[in-house]
Amino acid sequence: MSARPLKFVPASEFRARAAAAVADPQLRQSFRRAMDFLIERRAAQFPDAEVLDRQRRLAEQIRQYTLARLPDLLEQLERRLVDNGIQVHWAETAEEACTVIIDIARRHSAKLIVKGKSMVSEEVELNHALAAVGIDALESDMGEYIVQLDGEKPSHIIMPAIHKTREEIARLFADKVPGAAYTESVDELIGIGRAVLREKFISARIGLSGVNFAVAETGTLCLVENEGNGRMCTTVPDVHIAITGIEKVVEKLEHVPPLFGLLTRSATGQAITTYFNMISGPRRAGELDGPREVHLVLVDNGRTQAYADAQLRATLQCIRCGACMNHCPVYTRIGGHAYGTTYPGPIGGIVSPHLLGLAATHFMPTASSLCGACSEVCPVRIPIPDLLIRLRGEAQHDALHGHQPLLGQGAARNPLLDLVWTAWAVLYTHPQLHRAFLWLATRLRWLTPPRQSGWTASRTPLKPAARTLHEHMTSRRR
Amino acid sequence: MAEAGSRQYPAKPARVYLFGTCLIDLFRPDAGLDAVRLIEREGVEVAYPADQTCCGQPAHSSGFPEQARAVALAQLRLFPEPWPVIVPSGSCAGMMRHHYPKIFADDPALLREAEALAERVFELTEFLCHVLRVRLSDRGTPTRVALHTSCAARREMGTHLHARELLEQLAGVELAVHAHEAECCGFGGTFSLRHPAISSAMAADKVEALLASGAECFVSADCGCMLNLDHTLERRGDRLCGEHLASFLWRRTTAHEEQR
Amino acid sequence: MSARERILERLRSVPVVPLPEPDLGAFQADPAAVSTRSSRTARIERFCERMNFWHGQVIRVTRRNWAASLRDLCADRGLRSLVHGQVTEFADELRAAGLPGLRVFDRPVDSWKAELFAEVDAGLTSTRGAIAETGTLIIWPDEREPRLLSLVPPIHFALLDADRIHDSLPEAMREQGWAAAMPANALLVSGPSKTADIQVTLAYGAHGPKELIVLLIVDEEEAR
Repeated sequence: MSARPLKFVPASEFRARAAAAVADPQLRQSFRRAMDFLIERRAAQFPDAEVLDRQRRLAEQIRQYTLARLPDLLEQLERRLVDNGIQVHWAETAEEACTVIIDIARRHSAKLIVKGKSMVSEEVELNHALAAVGIDALESDMGEYIVQLDGEKPSHIIMPAIHKTREEIARLFADKVPGAAYTESVDELIGIGRAVLREKFISARIGLSGVNFAVAETGTLCLVENEGNGRMCTTVPDVHIAITGIEKVVEKLEHVPPLFGLLTRSATGQAITTYFNMISGPRRAGELDGPREVHLVLVDNGRTQAYADAQLRATLQCIRCGACMNHCPVYTRIGGHAYGTTYPGPIGGIVSPHLLGLAATHFMPTASSLCGACSEVCPVRIPIPDLLIRLRGEAQHDALHGHQPLLGQGAARNPLLDLVWTAWAVLYTHPQLHRAFLWLATRLRWLTPPRQSGWTASRTPLKPAARTLHEHMTSRRR
Repeated sequence: MAEAGSRQYPAKPARVYLFGTCLIDLFRPDAGLDAVRLIEREGVEVAYPADQTCCGQPAHSSGFPEQARAVALAQLRLFPEPWPVIVPSGSCAGMMRHHYPKIFADDPALLREAEALAERVFELTEFLCHVLRVRLSDRGTPTRVALHTSCAARREMGTHLHARELLEQLAGVELAVHAHEAECCGFGGTFSLRHPAISSAMAADKVEALLASGAECFVSADCGCMLNLDHTLERRGDRLCGEHLASFLWRRTTAHEEQR
Repeated sequence: MSARERILERLRSVPVVPLPEPDLGAFQADPAAVSTRSSRTARIERFCERMNFWHGQVIRVTRRNWAASLRDLCADRGLRSLVHGQVTEFADELRAAGLPGLRVFDRPVDSWKAELFAEVDAGLTSTRGAIAETGTLIIWPDEREPRLLSLVPPIHFALLDADRIHDSLPEAMREQGWAAAMPANALLVSGPSKTADIQVTLAYGAHGPKELIVLLIVDEEEAR
């Protein structure tokens, strides 16, 4: 499957991509195997359900407490960052975020930006914006490097190249990396990536990273990673640009450990990652390394829309662990690319409508059986199915009285469907009519259509019983 | 979300209501009748309000809150006596117990009614286990069955625990564990119509796991999952039959001649 | 209006009910254990076990013999060069122990980036302590010990004083008073650099060190 700039993916295209993904045994196996592995690893980290429940409740409280004070905390964060010598930029839209970064790059005459993992940079399509002005952006997270080398996008927010087999990566490296011999050894493949990227860390003028937690009290940017590329990007080049969503702030340093502890255990089943990198300023006087300039770009890009609604605000509790995707039976079947958005899976279903609008994403909240596996594992207890249901409604109707319309409000309105549900409601709120309908349905069961929309794609038709429970119960009473 | 263990259960009542659910009503009335028989056998009378239709979940989960609310409202007052309301479906029970209070949150009077009803709603297996405290004696020949619990049943009502507890009471029944047991079967109400390719893939995986478990049949306390899996199996020509847990329990614990 | 003002105005226009500050004690697996600390031996054991789990090696040394142990480790591995910071006591002891190929990180990295990346076999740093629960080193680079010492060379040796092992991260933060004065860069390091990005197969030495060797300074009797 090819990945293109994915701003507007019509619903029909989602169905086609999902169908193609489901029919691809290789992809199915890759995702099933990887997700099973991650599920098992996570479960091993949480042997005691009660302890986990307590920790999730605390994490939820921290996030909700933080969001309740978001504007104050953002201002406090900015003050402390500026005190620490970090330059703070604000961007309302994806385009603005890219412009800010391009401006910094131009000031430094940078031709190459080496990037640590940042989903927000994916979200704002930074690489395309940089390419358009002649600046190369090189992904340095191994998974991101692999998908970028193949002209793709990440298929998972934590494990970007999870859809690829070792053999595919071996072929890719042999074809695309100058001087690389074909090898299927994972150690050797990683060694090839290491060598290529180390060159780039040295030569790049600017390093870019995401942020996992931005601490208002101390003016500290926290980065979570295993590989060390995040440290490289934030340490070796002269300039470090961090980009993050406005929701990533926390008030106090002591609020970080509970969230960090749940993040890594939920994401990959690790008690902690190899590196936890806390950045509170550029190179200080007398220090011999570290960037001379540090910038933080705070991105809105639809987050204030989610914030404005008391229920949808819960979306912003997310700490991007990916556990909801790992446990989602739909994501496991179709993988990340089928969604066509930066954030796939359950979290994608509740975040993307705010970033891209419901016109482009109304299919996403429907791509769920509402099984609830996502909210069951969510470390910050986001009620994902409730939010998906809410967004299904917003996509098909006008905003309720007193509510601000969402971007793309009502874009999936379908008069026929409106009629069907209205008729359904009439039938099911008029008991006598309902009983008459049931009587008819059972008496005319021989007329049951052999094709029943999507149901009979893989199932025999549904056929009413000869008599309803209503009738049985009535005759029993006699 | 699962509340197994945390709920306070009342003493055994003299009478209960049955909310039969729309799917059982139209497609599997036997399951509803067997639920009634199981309850009556314990000396409890069952009332079936004739005006019941559907809990409203199909519209609720499809993003038609207005229609869902109207249908939910039509059920809200069908159970005037303070008797327990028994629902032979985890997902419908979950709707009435957990979602009704949210649906009527904006109207204090209706909210009170919804909360009072929610307090009395029990999923069938939960009611059999914790309120009636049934002791089942198995009269069937030895068999292996797999248990599929619906997602709502599992996560909102703890049904996987209750159903297992009941099956364990049956001496001749061996529970076959299947792979990815906690995973969704792909039904998801209108999800199965809206995204047939994904839904079918999920159903196929579930069916294959059930077949691989070596079970002679599978049971479920949710009619939606059962229809999904049964009709998938039938289409594939596989010889595994699904049975609603109520019917299975009734069949196993009655002598052949008194079964119907 | 600037983007900043518009974003803040949108956020401020939302009526949000303030919430009470969370009770962080709830995060402890056993709330009763918040105030109790495990014994020094238990902390050391736990740290070593967790660090080994992360593929980090822990070698018990004493204040007297650590430099000699390091010399032997370097010799065993055939290392030709080791870079360390401008920490005088280190330099003296390392020289006294007769380590070959010693280099001091004593000038801004900008002038010798390529050399540092290409020519150094190992780096040595001190640590600010460690966390037993997760097998984690606390490293605060500063003007004497730059950030890259623990990142660029293929092998990272870290000196850890056993007295400075804390039970948990919150405890270390509290006891060391982090919130009052954070350095420009503070690090938690749990094992060598790794990745599982190719078919979830674990590989070490992704971008940072391939090996992490902790020289754990214990008392003479503990070393025996």
